[in-house]
Amino acid sequence: MDWLVDWIASLQIPYLTEPEARFLSHLIFASIIAVAAPGMLIILTWLERKIIGRIQNRIGPNRAGPFGLFQAIADMIKMFTKEDITPANADRVVYNIAPGLAVISSILVFAVIPFVPGFIGADLSVGILYVVAVGGFGTLAILMAGWSSNNKYALLGAFRVVAMLLTYEIPMVMALIIVTMVAGSMSMAQIVEAQSSMWYIFTMPLVFLIFFLAGVAETGRSPFDLIEAESEIIAGFHTEYSGIKFGMFMIGEYVHMLALAFLSAVLFLGGWQIPFIDITQFPGLVSAILGFLSISLKTFLFVFIMMWFRGTLPRFRIDHLQNIGWKFLVPLSLVLLVAVAFVVRLFAPGSSSAVPVVPGALSALGAPGEAVALLAANLLVLAGTVSFVSRMARRSKNRQLRAVAAVEPVPAK
Amino acid sequence: MPFEIPFVQIVWWAMTACAIGGAIGVVSSNNLFHSALFLVLSLFGVAGYYVLLSAGFLAVVQLMVYIGAIVILVLFAIMFSRRMMKPTEDEMNRQWLVSVIVAAALFSWLIVVVNSVSWPVTSAAPTADTVLQLGLAFLGSYLIPFLVVGVLLSAALIGAIFLAREKVEAEEI
Amino acid sequence: MLQEFEFVGVLSAITLTIPIVTLLIAWALRPKKPNPAKQTTYESGMETIGDAWVQFKAQYYIYAIIYVVFDVEAIFLFPFAVALRQLPLYALVWAVVFIVLLVDGLLYGWRKGALRWN
Repeated sequence: MDWLVDWIASLQIPYLTEPEARFLSHLIFASIIAVAAPGMLIILTWLERKIIGRIQNRIGPNRAGPFGLFQAIADMIKMFTKEDITPANADRVVYNIAPGLAVISSILVFAVIPFVPGFIGADLSVGILYVVAVGGFGTLAILMAGWSSNNKYALLGAFRVVAMLLTYEIPMVMALIIVTMVAGSMSMAQIVEAQSSMWYIFTMPLVFLIFFLAGVAETGRSPFDLIEAESEIIAGFHTEYSGIKFGMFMIGEYVHMLALAFLSAVLFLGGWQIPFIDITQFPGLVSAILGFLSISLKTFLFVFIMMWFRGTLPRFRIDHLQNIGWKFLVPLSLVLLVAVAFVVRLFAPGSSSAVPVVPGALSALGAPGEAVALLAANLLVLAGTVSFVSRMARRSKNRQLRAVAAVEPVPAK
Repeated sequence: MPFEIPFVQIVWWAMTACAIGGAIGVVSSNNLFHSALFLVLSLFGVAGYYVLLSAGFLAVVQLMVYIGAIVILVLFAIMFSRRMMKPTEDEMNRQWLVSVIVAAALFSWLIVVVNSVSWPVTSAAPTADTVLQLGLAFLGSYLIPFLVVGVLLSAALIGAIFLAREKVEAEEI
Repeated sequence: MLQEFEFVGVLSAITLTIPIVTLLIAWALRPKKPNPAKQTTYESGMETIGDAWVQFKAQYYIYAIIYVVFDVEAIFLFPFAVALRQLPLYALVWAVVFIVLLVDGLLYGWRKGALRWN
């Protein structure tokens, strides 16, 4: 961001002072984000249809333009020119605000994504919390849409989705707290810096899994797509929406998905970092290009994984979904939180600054020791969970078998 | 410099409009759902104030807890207890005179307090790492209140589950 | 702080215009031929009976309450997480007590079947 400010200042526009140059650069960058994020919809929908087509042994869109690339544009034109029907019983104002709010909430996340070294919209010291807070508007939009449609299916769909979002937000926030603990900061830029020696996905694979699963649930995509359980609740909370307003919910979903992929890349795959190469040593433009390539690759890896999910996994049943959330992910994330807290504290280096800090018992082992201990803690918790869950599963199976045996007496020989 | 755009003032006025307009909407709308949505606007304005006061952490907490959680809970409660599209009620009930008196008394008392206290204004720059200081304070000098908060939250959780379960079981009979 | 948030404000203002512009473009392009049959509530072709008020499960409400409590807990844990490396070990133990208190409430709900979806 600084070099954009410097560049604008170097243009020597009359009367343009430092704060105004900064404001102007913010304006430019914000416009780019606000247009590019929804614009990615064109690539993402095309990619998704191609990938799922291949998974299902089809070709996917191949008529409009080379490789069907213009398919999404054709779809967009269609959505713009479709008649927009507002049900007579709907609450018109709330009905019209809801899709806009869904789009806004998902775009706002991009304010804190560090795209390349030193280039981040707003390096908030509370960056991680900001992401969670902005997500709340999306939940609100869904409730507003469901209520204002005045449709039984829409309302039911909205309730289900919101219940799911609330459930999965807890493990997600816990995973974010763990990342904050290890990085020692909530600022996105500093979290990326903290991963310069080791990406968190390697030291904390279980935390990443929790974060990613909960994140996919937050986007409401398959296999958590109760929103679109057509067989049960038609199209869920956007049953009554048509034309571009439906399209805006689509935009919201895909931008949310992209934001989640970016967040996963930043928080667990080291953001713009490239392994074994310190790209900040290169001159500005080269490091920017390399960094952007790196973060884009990682982002598209996660986008691909999400599409892969959609192509292969069946939808969860709602009671299973709630059970996985409350009885598995929440306790697991809390246990991990405590375990990681102890590891981090034990390896914390001491300091003798204004407030003296006693070094942790194992601080002599340094950062590599901490990484190994984190990995060990993750694997231990994983092993414990697996054995616990399998024991519970066996017990519940035995109970069911006994119940069956009690009902059907064994025929006498 | 020929002109200077007073950004802070513009933001302040916008946030004030949000906060006060939202608050008026909350009490004047006769649709409960709309009231709750106006509450979002009002809370958002207050979050903006926190930003202007250099309390970024509080601002984000305001968004996360109030808009992300409490308003959702309020909306659930409204839908839980009223008929869907007609949650309309008369804004007035028998107690309107009492509430007007109480509100007026509270308001005038607040004005007196605000005018009589000499607010300490310091020109020192705000602390850079607020969140770090908060964390050190929570588990340092404010350890007992911190744990009391934990007990309070736990009590709230258990109490709420207890009451809600009662209601469910009562309905099923 | 204000400088930190300036970009957020600018981005909010710009994103606010995006839905408005989109709706305006669509409003200009799309056909407008409403009729009463089109505007009925979509319920698989059936006439809607009553309004959309359905029996609301208390379950949703319980989830929302648990969520609020955990949200507030998270707010207290974030500063703890940032300060973790500079805290004495006994403070960490107290933080664990804080978490266990909450887990307690969750376990109570679990035992009472508040987490069961039925």
